[in-house]
Amino acid sequence: MGFFKLSARDALLMVIFAAAVLLAPIWLKPFGAAYPDLLQKFAIFGLFAIGFNILFGLTGYLSFGHAAFLGIGSYTAVWSFKLLSMNVIPAVIFGTLTAGLLAVLIGFVSLRRTGIYFSILTLAFAQMCYNLAYSVLTPITNGETGLRVLRDDPMVLDRAVGVIQEGSPIGDFFGWQMQGFPAFYFCAAMLIIGFYVSLRIFRSPFGLKLRAIKSNQTRMRYTGFNTRPYLLLAFVISGMYAGMAGTLMVVTDPLAGAERMQWTASGEVVLMTILGGVGTLLGPILGAVLIKYFENIFSAFNTDVLHDVFSFMPDWLENFFVTIVHPFVGEGWHLTLGTLFMVIVIFLPGGLVEGFNRLFQRRKKKASSEAAGSRVATGGEKQATAEN
Amino acid sequence: MDAIFLQILNGLDKGGAYALIALGLTLVFGTLGVVNFAHGALFMLGAFCAVTFQKLLTLSKQVKDESITFFDAYKEIPYLEIWLGDTGAAIIDWAVPLSIFMAIPVMLVIGLIMERGLIQYFYKRSHAEQILVTFGLAIVLQEIVKSFFGANPIPTPAPDIIAGSANVGAWFGLGDSVVYPYWRMIYLVFALIVIGSVFAFLQFTTFGMVVRAGMADRETVTLLGIDVERRFTIVFGIAAIVAGLAGVMYTPILPPDYHIGMDFLVLSFVVVVVGGMGSLPGAVAAGFLLGILQSFASMNEIKSIFPGIDQIIIYLVAVVVLLVRPRGLMGRKGVMED
Amino acid sequence: MAERNIVLNIQDVNKTFGGLKALSHVNLQIEEGKTHAIIGPNGAGKSTLLNVCIGRLEPTSGSVTFNGEILTGKAPHEINQAGVVRVFQTPEIFPELSLLENVMIPALSKRDGAFRFNPFRRLADETDIRDEAESVLRDMGLLEQKDHHAGSMSRGDKRRLELCMGLVQHPRLLLLDEPTAGMSRADTNSTIDTLKRIKERGMTKVIIEHDMHVVFSLADKISVLAQGAIIAEGPPDEIRGNPKVQEAYLGGAHE
Repeated sequence: MGFFKLSARDALLMVIFAAAVLLAPIWLKPFGAAYPDLLQKFAIFGLFAIGFNILFGLTGYLSFGHAAFLGIGSYTAVWSFKLLSMNVIPAVIFGTLTAGLLAVLIGFVSLRRTGIYFSILTLAFAQMCYNLAYSVLTPITNGETGLRVLRDDPMVLDRAVGVIQEGSPIGDFFGWQMQGFPAFYFCAAMLIIGFYVSLRIFRSPFGLKLRAIKSNQTRMRYTGFNTRPYLLLAFVISGMYAGMAGTLMVVTDPLAGAERMQWTASGEVVLMTILGGVGTLLGPILGAVLIKYFENIFSAFNTDVLHDVFSFMPDWLENFFVTIVHPFVGEGWHLTLGTLFMVIVIFLPGGLVEGFNRLFQRRKKKASSEAAGSRVATGGEKQATAEN
Repeated sequence: MDAIFLQILNGLDKGGAYALIALGLTLVFGTLGVVNFAHGALFMLGAFCAVTFQKLLTLSKQVKDESITFFDAYKEIPYLEIWLGDTGAAIIDWAVPLSIFMAIPVMLVIGLIMERGLIQYFYKRSHAEQILVTFGLAIVLQEIVKSFFGANPIPTPAPDIIAGSANVGAWFGLGDSVVYPYWRMIYLVFALIVIGSVFAFLQFTTFGMVVRAGMADRETVTLLGIDVERRFTIVFGIAAIVAGLAGVMYTPILPPDYHIGMDFLVLSFVVVVVGGMGSLPGAVAAGFLLGILQSFASMNEIKSIFPGIDQIIIYLVAVVVLLVRPRGLMGRKGVMED
Repeated sequence: MAERNIVLNIQDVNKTFGGLKALSHVNLQIEEGKTHAIIGPNGAGKSTLLNVCIGRLEPTSGSVTFNGEILTGKAPHEINQAGVVRVFQTPEIFPELSLLENVMIPALSKRDGAFRFNPFRRLADETDIRDEAESVLRDMGLLEQKDHHAGSMSRGDKRRLELCMGLVQHPRLLLLDEPTAGMSRADTNSTIDTLKRIKERGMTKVIIEHDMHVVFSLADKISVLAQGAIIAEGPPDEIRGNPKVQEAYLGGAHE
């Protein structure tokens, strides 16, 4: 009860979650996913998806422009590296804050509309940011080449203290170089904090009000709530998560490019969220991990690997399967992604978490069918009395 | 004056493409109530119809090159030229316009398959789910095209005879600087003809009347016992043809690559929103308007005052319109005004 | 002296839709602690009047004041926060939320006001809000189903839930739009009992109702609306015998 103000069940969830994240390098080993680059991606995109879910999952507002926040977070982080210090703490703070500011601006305008108009407005804003980053803002974003940290950048704080790294600059956490596993553990810590905040929001009256807005916004207004500030806060919070994810991308690799802001990146986070389960706590992270995992595996496949995989088959069958599967792997990973997108929306709009729940409940229902039967009986009785 | 006239001309052909795509989007949204993020992919498929047609026509046979005598040299000669001689060469030259005849049935079939196979199951689901599933479909379609045609733009030239530019300025008594490529002019005329035929079809046929009634009030029309759904399937097919033709004819202006559809789609959505969700004249007017605005914004004089304005003008207009007049320029009151 | 007791004052309200006159020169004063019924044939403008009161519609002319505060032109949430709460005729609930949550939302609105940012407060700690919601649910006989999804309930239960959502706000003025329409006789009677009980607590109510049984068992005063105008007003006994009212109803029924 007293544990970070969580209920016993949530405290348990939190402990298991934290343990699972921190021990990921061990238990992901059998899946071949235990190397730091991929683990970092899991944590970063998990954070991105958690944040997106606070908006889409709780309020039902589908933003198609969250990549803009990812991008601005990245650019700010690189500039924090360049101007202030290679220490990652200021980068994370500034990146998250600027993303929050941009979210205030975009949210203030976009939230005047709902439904598809909101989606299109956010998409339009994100495309605007993307186009600007490529063109006029080149002095800040370095256009197509991308923005990177150079050895002779000012780094005022570092020079003041007199700690200047040798070689190409790497993010630094008070002496820990943000590479490999230390970088993963930094991202993992951010993910755990992010998850904790999201858990608290889900369990708060604020979270309940957001869900009520999703369910019936008109009624919320007639119930005495000014819904717009609630929505704006949800939007800004989720934008800040995206910004933090953007800074973490830079923390692990001090480079920012405009393609990070493209709307396909916005679409990817939507897919992660719906794949795992919109509005669920763990779903978005699950979705992010699965997508990054399969992206990694599938992209590495080429025809030779495929022939290896299907080598147990007779030759003609092997060739047949390789031909079928080939367009979906390697360069064709996006084809798999698009197909997955459709399959999930068509067959499992609630995402994997809901799928599990449904399976689980069906089994539970079978077990307690007697109890259900008696409930039906009382319901019938009530109807009978009502008809009298 | 000349410069302004030129910019208007330059905006018109792009505006024509926007208008054609937005027209289909609006038709589909107004009748089926579906927000189709895969509509841009139809434009792209149309463009690749032209590419495929051109590839088919230029299927070649290796022939020994007689003009080189030192060693055995081979050159590729298209079968058409071998069989038909100069006529064959002319047909190949005219591949893009001719591919319209292939594109119409192909796009119709694609449209019908898409509607019956997927879209019809999403009539009753939320707009968010419609957006997501069609977004997925768009990715799938463009990736399929990518795996067949590669990632690079494929040049598909206009026929030689109309490859040059017209001195439009002279026609209107303006300076010689106003030149305008023939093909863009053809595109504009073509767009106007297609738009005109769609409007005429909706205005003067009983089928069109039912569709218009369905757009105005679907429930009532259904209550009248008219099978709206089957007609709407055909409407989707028509929208697919319109988008496809827009794509076919655009290939000489911009060599198509697999993501051309997405690029146009985002802009076309903005066009639809500016024009007014569900308003066909609005979509057309906004298409041309935004095309011209974009063309003006890319003038150096304007860019020097507002740097980068050419990149964002369309989105900026959309934002302003949505805030000031949420139903768009010509949208009906109450249609998705929230 | 009499002025002070008037809670809701509807002054010369007109409302036209295009050419159609939905309300014409409606004057209505609701006294504190009283139950005021508005009756009238279909299309008389009863729902329009309620919609004007809660800000869903803006009157073409005229004004609505609540305790001296002008309501016309205010946002719906401001009107609600001022203490005017409406119970909808077609249930406007939160279908994805549980019954308990459905009732906790208006209770939170009463406590938190139009906006309050408290992401780190625990819903589980809101025991007073929960207790209050549960007691209202108990009153309406819905407590046992408190964890069910509201969307899966029967229509009658949804209506009762609507009532719970209105009552939990302890409004100074409760507007009830046909609270028993579509209910069974037994449910109607239990709803009447509940409404009588809150009357004893002194809540002011305006009821729009078709069921004369409900009207005459609850109302202190009745206004009769026909074709957008008030044609009669008075205590129930007086209205019952009013020939104009009978004519309006019969005439309305024939149309």
